[in-house]
Amino acid sequence: MGIKQVTMAVLAAATLFLAGVHPAQADEFTTQDLELWQNQYQAAVKKGRQVFTDPGLGTNGVVCAQCHPNAANTHPETYPKFQKQLGKVATMAEMINFCIMNPLEGKPLALDDPRMIAIQAYITEERRGVPLAPGKH
Amino acid sequence: MNSLNRRDLLKGAGVLLAGATLPVSLIEMAFADASRNFTFAYISDSHIQQIKGNRFVRNWDRGLIRAVAEANLLDPRPDFIFYGGDIAQLGKKAEIDHGLEILSGLRDKVYYVMGEHDYYLDLGEYWRSQLGPDHYSFDHKGMHFVVLNSILTYDDWTHNRWSSGEERMGVMAGLDDHRGSPFMVGARQREWLKKDLAKVDVNTPVTIFSHSPLQKIFRNWNFWTEDAEQIQALLRPFKKVNVFYGHVHQIQYNQIGNISFHAAMATAWPWPYPQSNARAESYLPKLTVPMNRADPFFERDATGWQYIDIHSGNATMHFSLPDNAPRTVAFNPATGRPEDVKYQENRIPPQFHY
Repeated sequence: MGIKQVTMAVLAAATLFLAGVHPAQADEFTTQDLELWQNQYQAAVKKGRQVFTDPGLGTNGVVCAQCHPNAANTHPETYPKFQKQLGKVATMAEMINFCIMNPLEGKPLALDDPRMIAIQAYITEERRGVPLAPGKH
Repeated sequence: MNSLNRRDLLKGAGVLLAGATLPVSLIEMAFADASRNFTFAYISDSHIQQIKGNRFVRNWDRGLIRAVAEANLLDPRPDFIFYGGDIAQLGKKAEIDHGLEILSGLRDKVYYVMGEHDYYLDLGEYWRSQLGPDHYSFDHKGMHFVVLNSILTYDDWTHNRWSSGEERMGVMAGLDDHRGSPFMVGARQREWLKKDLAKVDVNTPVTIFSHSPLQKIFRNWNFWTEDAEQIQALLRPFKKVNVFYGHVHQIQYNQIGNISFHAAMATAWPWPYPQSNARAESYLPKLTVPMNRADPFFERDATGWQYIDIHSGNATMHFSLPDNAPRTVAFNPATGRPEDVKYQENRIPPQFHY
C-alpha cells in the first residue's frame, strides 16, 4: 500500500466515523452493560456459596464451609504460591481440588467446571478489599 | 473438703490465733494445696458426622479415637474428664450414640457439656436421655465446678421460625449462616446459677464449663455469649474463677478481672481465627497467642485435646497437638493472667494469622 492509498483509507474511516457508522465497538460499553456484567458475577458468587455449602460436592457430606466459615483461611489473594506439600507453585483451583478430594472424599472438578469457577468467585468475593499478596504463605 | 468445712476451720484457726502465737503462715500451710492439686483431661468438639447407616466421616472419628487413646495414657491419672460439647454434627441419635461409644473407652468419670450441635435437632432431648441434665454443679478438692448450657437462644428463633428440627439444626450448624442466632445462657439458668453460687464461699475457687465463650469475641460465628457480662457479674465476688469453653476449635485465653478464660481445641477440625474474616470486626483477646496455622495436608493438624493441672485454684492448660510442639498456658501470679510459657512474647511465624 502506497502513501496515497493509506491516506485514502484513513480518510474513508474518518468519513464513516463522522457519519456515525461504527463497524467495530469493542471497547465501548454502557452503564447498563456494567450492571449486567456485575449481576453475572454476583450470580456466580451466589452459586459459589451454594456449592461451598453443598453436602453433595464430595461423598461424605462434609462441606467446604465447615472448616472455612465465610471462606476464611482460604487466602485467595496469596495465589499462585509455593505450596510446600506439593513442592511447586500452585493455583487456588488446585488447592480447591485438594480439599474436594481429601476432607470431602470427592472427585476433582475440571478447571472450567462452572462449580469450580463459582467457588473461586465466592471465595474471592469474601476477601474483597484485601491487597493482592501473591506468593505469601 | 467442701467450702463450709473450710470456712469453719478458718474460723477455728482464728480462735486458736487469739489464744496462742500460732503463725498465720502455718494455718495457710495447712491449706496449701498439695492435697488439692489435681489434673483433669478435657476433650471437646468431635462433630461425629453420619454419612449413612453405619458409615461416619472417618476424619472426625479418628480425632476422637486418638484423644481417647491418649487421655487413657495420662500418668498420673486425671481425677476426671470433661467433654466440652458437640459430640454430634447434626444432633442425630446415631451420631450421639457413635460418639458416646468411642468416649466409653475412657477409663475415668466423664462430665458432659452440651453443644449447639447436640441441641438444635430435638432441643437436647436425646442428649439428656443419655447424659442427664445440661446444667449442674459439684465440688471437688475444695473447688466448686459448674456446668452451664450456654448455647440456648431467643425462644422466638427456637420455636417459631422453622418447619422442622432438621432445618433448625442445619441453620445453627452453619457457623457463618446469617440466619443463625446468638447463643445465651438465659434468665432461667442465670437465676439457678445465682442460687447455686450463693452457697459457695468467695474464697473457694470456682470453675465454670460452657460450650460457648462466656466473653464476647466474634458474634457472627457465635464466639460469643449474649449474656456474658451478666454471667461475669455473678462470678465477680469470687477470688479465683476459671472458665473453660469449647466451640471455637482453637487456642484462646484471656483474663477479665478475676476470671481466667481458656478455650479447648477440637478433635474434629480447626477453625480460622476471627480476624481472618476480612469483612467483619472481631475481638480476639490480645493476650492470646494463636495456635499454629493449620497444614491442610495433615488432617489432624490444628486439632487436639488438653489436660489441665489445677494448683492453688489456678489452671495450667496443656495442649496436646498432633505433630506440633505441645503448648502450655499457665496462670502467672506475677501478672495475674494466663500466659503461654514459651511463646507469650516470642511468637513464631505459624502463629500469625491473617
